[in-house]
Amino acid sequence: MTTPLVRPKRKNPLKRTRLPLGPQGVRSRTAHGLTAAAAEGRFVLQVCLDCNTVIYPPRDACPSCLSARLPFRDVDRSGTLVAETTVQTSTDPYFRERTPWRVGTVKLDVGPVVVAHLHGDAVEGGRVRLDFKLDRSGSAVAIALPEKDTENMADDPHLREMTCDPKFRRVLITDGRNAVGQAMAKAFSDAGAAIVFVGLADGWKPFPGLDVIRKIERVEIVPLDVTDTESVTEQAEQNGARIDIIVNTAEHVRAGGVVDRHGLTVAREEMDIRYLGLMRLAQAFGPVLRSRGADGVNSAAAFVNLLSVHALMNWPAYGSHSATEAACLSAAQCMRAELRPGGVKVLNMFFGPLETEWFQTVPPPKVMPAVLANAVIRALKQGVEDAFVGDVAEDIRQRLAVNPKALEREMTS
Amino acid sequence: MPVDLLSFARAVSDGEVRVIDLTQTLSQEFPTIVLPPELGQCARFRIEEVSRYDERGPAWYWNNISLGEHTGTHFDAPIHWISGKDLPNNAVDTIDVAKFIAPAVVIDCSKECAANPDFALTIPFVEQWEARYGKIEPGHWALLRTDWSKRNYPDYAGLRDDGAHTPGPEPAVVKWFVEQRDVHGFGTETIGTDFGQGHHFNPPYPAHFYMHGKGRFGLQCLTNLDLLPPKGTVIVAAPLKIKQGSGSPLRVLALVDGPRK
Repeated sequence: MTTPLVRPKRKNPLKRTRLPLGPQGVRSRTAHGLTAAAAEGRFVLQVCLDCNTVIYPPRDACPSCLSARLPFRDVDRSGTLVAETTVQTSTDPYFRERTPWRVGTVKLDVGPVVVAHLHGDAVEGGRVRLDFKLDRSGSAVAIALPEKDTENMADDPHLREMTCDPKFRRVLITDGRNAVGQAMAKAFSDAGAAIVFVGLADGWKPFPGLDVIRKIERVEIVPLDVTDTESVTEQAEQNGARIDIIVNTAEHVRAGGVVDRHGLTVAREEMDIRYLGLMRLAQAFGPVLRSRGADGVNSAAAFVNLLSVHALMNWPAYGSHSATEAACLSAAQCMRAELRPGGVKVLNMFFGPLETEWFQTVPPPKVMPAVLANAVIRALKQGVEDAFVGDVAEDIRQRLAVNPKALEREMTS
Repeated sequence: MPVDLLSFARAVSDGEVRVIDLTQTLSQEFPTIVLPPELGQCARFRIEEVSRYDERGPAWYWNNISLGEHTGTHFDAPIHWISGKDLPNNAVDTIDVAKFIAPAVVIDCSKECAANPDFALTIPFVEQWEARYGKIEPGHWALLRTDWSKRNYPDYAGLRDDGAHTPGPEPAVVKWFVEQRDVHGFGTETIGTDFGQGHHFNPPYPAHFYMHGKGRFGLQCLTNLDLLPPKGTVIVAAPLKIKQGSGSPLRVLALVDGPRK
């Protein structure tokens, strides 16, 4: 079992905050096949289409038959930890600060031998599960996990370095006025977040969920309006240095297309709340998040974007909304590049219609806010960058991969 | 007798004519009217810094602002309501500018409102006021003092499960103001000129329906009405010259005779 994390002591405000470092992050274009899989929490390796050899590390030609037809495929992740060693010192500044660091060789049942980081509960000679995770540089690295889950295994320091576990971290839910914000506050509290800041705009406007939020443990309600630059800036000045995960729950879902909508007022609101709201949060909180990527057990870890899966393919019934979501997706890609030097991940959580008021007329399947919230927690614990929740999101992802044009046509039917 | 404008100007600068600001500060937090969420909404006041003596403009500070025609302390033109849509010169850019200066009476119902956010102004109430201060002469703004501007924002907006609860006029008294007293317009401290639950009146929103239907104006989100006498105030309320504008945020000034007591 892993020694459980203890809640970090309150930070000495006079102490220097160490700057974040990242492990070497350069990968070949081919090796990014592993990055893509790690970003979604899948375990893939190249499999030769001509001789079925399973290949690691990624290559451009099969070492067995020289074929260039080497697609990445989901494969069995089981293996045996054949040898381990402990690195006591390193010339790499990132690892220098983190030694001793265990590494080992894992013989996978499917064939290859992989040099991997080791979870504390992975023992030499024992069976392990190999996983690809995104490290602090955003690159895929292999880590050997014990064959079966062990007690407190998420608290392992090597693993925690690659995940965004909310435990003992302080989270900001940007809008508690909607059902998703309320579900998110509950889920993060249950996941052991040290403080759950919940933003509320327009305190003079009553809403039914306020009592729900107030009853959640470790919730602190703070004034925050993502449409008001001053409000976002003030909140960042007030609490930015003690917020480790931000979940942007501000939403503005309205039906209507681009041609078939009367005027621009709603479109402006959509862009203001979603796209510009995201930018306000990014500008106010981003720099301090990035600077706190190595700030101890509760270091800054993640910015979570809740995105309609129709950011990937426009749904004309909610066409203008889809376009706004696409803008947010593009901004999120930029934020990833900008926050990566701090080791802060940007999680894009994709989902179809929610079981909320603004999708009232849409038939099921729809995603319950609590299901979405739990999926976010799961994705953060896994350390992934892109996650899909619900049947609609999964369906669109698969159809998009096969034939985007067909999907475009089918969105109207 | 010719009007001596210079002595008027002197009286203003000497403080013999007091100038009282009836305007709320345009801020992001100040409540704006709330409609059902599926309807179009009035934009809140928002401010974005263009530069502040920095790389975006080294020697100067300025902002871009955005807001609706009915955000903050604002003026309602007749074109705002369907009942006034076909009147001549009914938009803020075409209203005769002389109409932006007019006298006012202030009807104080602050005591009644203190205990009852659903206080509705009636003809008998105004008749009592007239019995004390004299008949309202034609061409006056009728301003309703409720002290609502002194409330905190939740109480100011007065939103409950069944909508807003804020004081305002009954239909009959609005019609009477227009037809029997020929008022210039109607002004309030609340978010709108109408009663909070004015949706349920017949006609709905009578202050909008009758005032604008007869080419009269509205002022709302006023403050400092408690500093005005019941009669004898002159209001300067000139909206922005927005092309076919239905209203406009503006600075509302009250001119009151005599030095501050």
